[in-house]
Amino acid sequence: MAKFLTYSHDDTWIHRLCGATKLIFFILWSVLGMITYDTRVLLAMLIISMIAFYMSKIKYKQVSMVFKVICLFLIINILAIFIFSPYEGTKIYGTRHDLLHLFGKYTLTKEQIFYECNVALKYFTVIPAALLFIVTTNPSEFAASLNRLGVNYKIGYSISLAFRYIPDIQRDFNEIKQSQEARGIDMSKDVSLPTRVKSMGAILFPLIFSSMERIDVISNAMELRGFGKSKKRTWYTARPFTRMDYMVIIFTVVFSIISLVFTFYDGSRFYNPFM
Amino acid sequence: MKKPVIEFTDYSFKYRTQKEPTLHNINLTIMEGEKVLIVGPSGSGKSTLAHCMNGLVPFSYTGESTGTLKVGGKDASKSSIFELSKDVGTVLQDPDGQFIGLTVGEDIAFSLENACVPLNQMKEKVLEAAKIVGVDSLLSHSPQDLSGGQKQRVSMAGAMTNDVNILLFDEPLANLDPATGKYAIELIDEIHKSTKKTIVIIEHRLEDVLYKNVDRIILVCDGRIKADLNPDKLLTTDLLQQEGIREPLYITAMKYAGCHVREEDSPSNLDNMNIAPYKEQISQWFSSRIEPLAAEKREALLEIKDISFSYQKGEEVLKKVSFTVYKGDMLSIVGRNGAGKSTLSKLICGFQTPDKGQILYQGNDLAGYSIKKRAEKIGLVMQNPNQMISKPMIYDEVALGLAARGVPEEEIRPRVEETLKICGLFPFRNWPIAALSFGQKKRVTIASILVLNPQIIILDEPTAGQDFRHYTEIMEFLREMNEKVGITIIMITHDMHLMLEYTSRCVVISDGTLISDSTGAKVLTDSSIIQSASLKETSLYELSMKCGIEKQDGSAFVQHFIEYDKGVRTRG
Repeated sequence: MAKFLTYSHDDTWIHRLCGATKLIFFILWSVLGMITYDTRVLLAMLIISMIAFYMSKIKYKQVSMVFKVICLFLIINILAIFIFSPYEGTKIYGTRHDLLHLFGKYTLTKEQIFYECNVALKYFTVIPAALLFIVTTNPSEFAASLNRLGVNYKIGYSISLAFRYIPDIQRDFNEIKQSQEARGIDMSKDVSLPTRVKSMGAILFPLIFSSMERIDVISNAMELRGFGKSKKRTWYTARPFTRMDYMVIIFTVVFSIISLVFTFYDGSRFYNPFM
Repeated sequence: MKKPVIEFTDYSFKYRTQKEPTLHNINLTIMEGEKVLIVGPSGSGKSTLAHCMNGLVPFSYTGESTGTLKVGGKDASKSSIFELSKDVGTVLQDPDGQFIGLTVGEDIAFSLENACVPLNQMKEKVLEAAKIVGVDSLLSHSPQDLSGGQKQRVSMAGAMTNDVNILLFDEPLANLDPATGKYAIELIDEIHKSTKKTIVIIEHRLEDVLYKNVDRIILVCDGRIKADLNPDKLLTTDLLQQEGIREPLYITAMKYAGCHVREEDSPSNLDNMNIAPYKEQISQWFSSRIEPLAAEKREALLEIKDISFSYQKGEEVLKKVSFTVYKGDMLSIVGRNGAGKSTLSKLICGFQTPDKGQILYQGNDLAGYSIKKRAEKIGLVMQNPNQMISKPMIYDEVALGLAARGVPEEEIRPRVEETLKICGLFPFRNWPIAALSFGQKKRVTIASILVLNPQIIILDEPTAGQDFRHYTEIMEFLREMNEKVGITIIMITHDMHLMLEYTSRCVVISDGTLISDSTGAKVLTDSSIIQSASLKETSLYELSMKCGIEKQDGSAFVQHFIEYDKGVRTRG
């Protein structure tokens, strides 16, 4: 249950890449995905993401939960755009081809559909890259790669520790919840919301206290073994950059530059099929 | 000529948050290569003493000190945790809580990483340390996949990588099952012999540590050193008893038999002990026993019938477990970590539903009962009181279950007050819970369950991490509940003393199967059960063998001790 979205051990060329390489790819890919609305660029990115995702041998089951949540947000986003700005597409592309009059001021236009498809496309180009990064990067290597990009290792380490302890805290939460339920604190839907919120306290307080104990133990253990002693540290999981890493980075950078040039060549970041 | 590696001279320490000093005028020298055991009751200052050695005091837990402390020849007060960690490697209790790395190798490497050791050297050193403790084939495994004993080995390797001279073990046995504990002590001894490092062990399970030889025992009480003796000498005194430390059971048995144990017979280790002078007295004491009466037939309260359960398909955690709990029972469920003990309690409380089988309460199937309904019949007390306590005041915490059930306030007050009286907490009723000791908090959690008037209470490791005095306090309290209030008590435990001394029946679970349902005395003298459930033979049995008592009478000898001991305790 607690296994979704955690590092899964495998041995594909994507797993073998350095954490830092994947982080660079992820950052550039996301930025690019956010900037460009050029459908051709987005389609190319989508295809590359899909191929990489397929090659990493990640099973859909591992990410299905997150995928569904993101899709939900996507739908909300698309509907919201239409409700608040039904003629955004016409504004952007400068033409108007009506398809269907819905009601009141709402008319479905070709331009709007095209624009919203682009928004959806953006989501789908970035999602696989994000999942790829999370699922194929060992958390310790994640800290190491942040460190390599110049982030203080203490910050990187605390982030990766937090990830590591999520399953433990989930387990504590369940145990506490069960024992409080046994004492009669009802968390089910039968009781009113204010009662449930109040009952939440009966779980959160013990959870906070037992987590603090955990933190105390782990921070002592870390300090006793010299964590934070010097400004730098080395990493047991560190791997030297291989040729593959350089190739991926060069590819990402070159692809980004070309895409940006391509996107802004005609003076707008939108690809316009209507003119 | 050996040189001193740890030297306390007139050393006192007071925590910033406390009025009174925790350590008074400590004078203690530990020499290079020595193996020293520090014992003392909870709150005696033994942990503080250990923290002084590794620098957690005063650098992490601040306070004022007087006198001097030298570690490795350097003044510790002018040092830092980091500096001291080059001399002192610490192995904390609970290996689970201190795993930092995602793999065994990474965890062992942690202190090397922090010391900026280059990668190729680091790999060499990790391998070297892993070889010493025998985990070199597990370097790429995740710590969660290891057994308790392997985890302990990994933490030891992690503490040794920095070429430290001193290894400090802070209650290494606290969370281990008996067999793993024995294994850990063997391993410490091996490391001591092969590396010649100085070893300091803080522990209150004296008998378990004495399984292998130690050079000296330091008894700490009220922040002072009460005794600094070799183990043989210490066991001939009454000091341990006075200070509430449990002496080895065979020593207690010999004292009950009227023997005066002498230092020259090396009583610190039963295997090497010269038992001849005491044989006759012990046999005589044994023959004075009264056969216990056969227990009368009682009413079945809870029947577990052919329960099977799995979290994941194909991996059965419990396989066809059946047993019956009778009214007024005091029962223990034992078995190694992951054997399925906790799962069983979750099934009984209704947190999980069995795949097959039935649980009957007074003949009625519990399957249709909600968690809340079951809780009015069967209460569960968790191991860590901090996982249960959610109110700042004692009264409110105990009243919580009643209030949640909509019991009117005028009924709540008398019920809570009566429960607090039973639990000996009435004088504290208006205290904040934060002001209580661990043992008292435990009582609060028991009270908060008791107030719902359940017929059965299930306790998960009720005495974990408790010293002998608190252990006795909690267990005598539970026995009183059992005898006077008539509550049925089920305990899940690793503690062999507990199962011997306080439970009339003992259910042993191994790999999800019930392998024995008998008395503690029978279980702990049966080598096949001991092995498959990761228990340890009681030293009483070994003593009876050494005294030439017939093998089949071994468990009767243990039983006699328990009855006698119970008599001594109730007489005070």
